[in-house]
Amino acid sequence: MSPAALVAEATNPIIRWEWVVEESDQIRAAIIEHLTLTVLALALGMVVSAILTALILRFRWMTTPITATTSLIYTLPSVALFALLAPVFGNLSRWTAVLPLAAYTLLILVTNTVAGFLSVPQPVRDAADGMGMSPLRRMWSVELPLAVPYMMTGIRIAAVSTVGLVTVAAIIGQGGLGRLIFSGLRRAFWTPMTVGASLSIILALTLDAVLLLIAAWLTPWQRRKRTPES
Amino acid sequence: MVGRWVNDVAIRLTDVTKTFDGSSGAAVDRLSLDIEDGSIMALLGPSGCGKTTTLRMINRLIEPTSGSIEINGVDVMSQSPQELRRGIGYVIQQVGLFPHRTIRSNIATVPDMLGWDKRRISDRVEELTTLVGLEHELLDRYPDELSGGQQQRVGVARALAADPPVLLMDEPFGAVDPIVRARLQDELLDLQTKVRKTIVLVTHDVDEALRLADRIALMNVGGVVEQLATPDDLMRSPANQFVERFVGDDRGLRRLALNTVGNLPFHQGPVVADSAAIGEVERVLAAETSDWLGVTREGRFAGWAPADEVRSTMGAGRPLEAVVLQPPVAHVEPSNTLRAAMELIMVSNSSVAVIDDGGRFGGVVTLEDIRRSLAATGS
Repeated sequence: MSPAALVAEATNPIIRWEWVVEESDQIRAAIIEHLTLTVLALALGMVVSAILTALILRFRWMTTPITATTSLIYTLPSVALFALLAPVFGNLSRWTAVLPLAAYTLLILVTNTVAGFLSVPQPVRDAADGMGMSPLRRMWSVELPLAVPYMMTGIRIAAVSTVGLVTVAAIIGQGGLGRLIFSGLRRAFWTPMTVGASLSIILALTLDAVLLLIAAWLTPWQRRKRTPES
Repeated sequence: MVGRWVNDVAIRLTDVTKTFDGSSGAAVDRLSLDIEDGSIMALLGPSGCGKTTTLRMINRLIEPTSGSIEINGVDVMSQSPQELRRGIGYVIQQVGLFPHRTIRSNIATVPDMLGWDKRRISDRVEELTTLVGLEHELLDRYPDELSGGQQQRVGVARALAADPPVLLMDEPFGAVDPIVRARLQDELLDLQTKVRKTIVLVTHDVDEALRLADRIALMNVGGVVEQLATPDDLMRSPANQFVERFVGDDRGLRRLALNTVGNLPFHQGPVVADSAAIGEVERVLAAETSDWLGVTREGRFAGWAPADEVRSTMGAGRPLEAVVLQPPVAHVEPSNTLRAAMELIMVSNSSVAVIDDGGRFGGVVTLEDIRRSLAATGS
């Protein structure tokens, strides 16, 4: 290793803890911004996908157009989408980041929610009708709870992929931890990159674990399955 | 309309027809049927005969194209479907328990919707659990933790929760294995003696219909009733070739399962009290042309002894009581079917089964008795 490289490694290690301490306010702000963007995008995605799912369940012919559209959105490169929306909403508007992020969740959320409702066994529906449940009550007290495991699977996948996509929004000046990564890259200074990258991984894993716990809490019957004897 | 109604008819179908959209023929064609209060009516037939369609028109899961259905004199179309269904128990083959609700909450479904207070619901759930023979510790489990037989019991309890006068059962025991099925059928009959519901049972299983139903409507494709009869009449005198073929060649044997030992005329057999004298013993043995003599002691059947041994003992001046008796191999109860009696006689390799009527000697059954009883009621 050349002397210059040795000096560079000494002054620019993978992580320099003094920087972390000095910039802890900036790091905390980045985490909060990252989380805020993720939660807003997920929340918006869930509201829109609920409407789309309702449309699909009510009018089956809408399955193809809705699936095609959400799939198309999903295939768009994220950098391109952020860049396209920046002039529309302005660089500094949070919605410039949230709207595309939410749009990316739709395919996963709609597909899983629809699958959840379709997974309700016909005899269960039949029994609900036969007991005298109105269609609305059947929907709320039977079909929705039974769709929850599928919906939660969709939300977990969407959450993890949104945490990843938020970093990309740094190109339009948003992006939470992504901004740390990009500034580190620009300055060839490894510490912010390391911090930004590892924190976004930790954030994704934590969010996934929290959602997994929520799913388990919402579906107690799923934990207690066993092979029944005769 | 008032006055036309006969008190003991719970469900009346009048000219009920159902034609599904896009289908040329009717699924059910001008079906009229009176179902007596507190009885079990089986709708029996091959698939496509419209038996399930008929059942589902009673609680309006399917709306009839024309005709009318009345329950206890009230037209089913005069109420909302939800209101109607909350007053009718409904049991289906796949049970359809709500997987996300505990057994307790499943059973409480209809009382919950009817707005019963918590105390009353919980009392009712406990009561039903006992009634259908379910262990109480299962109440806080989820359906997937129960066996098929247990789930089916929960299904029946759920259907009975609000004490509806009418119970509709669509192939209720079709999804469980034959041993569990037989037990559930027995339990249903037992339950019926306690709750006296009007039950409409859809089945394609002749044996199930024969075993459970008071009357059977045997239906054919196109939703027409080929014969409406009691199980015994259906077996004894099939109305036409379709009925004959559907119930099978062994309908004579099947009738054995429909009649009980208690229905046979009393037959004393070669049996005497242990105080009998030699003269009576000889007379009985001669009349029955039997090699064995049965002995009763204080009204109970004590056992059998070979005729030769009885003769030599009594010839030597000793009383009948001194003869060593062999315990009876085959005994039946009056509530047993003739089929059970016949099987017992066959496997015990004797020619006669002793009837045990609550501890008392109740006569004997021979194969000849069984044959004669079928011939007497047959045509």
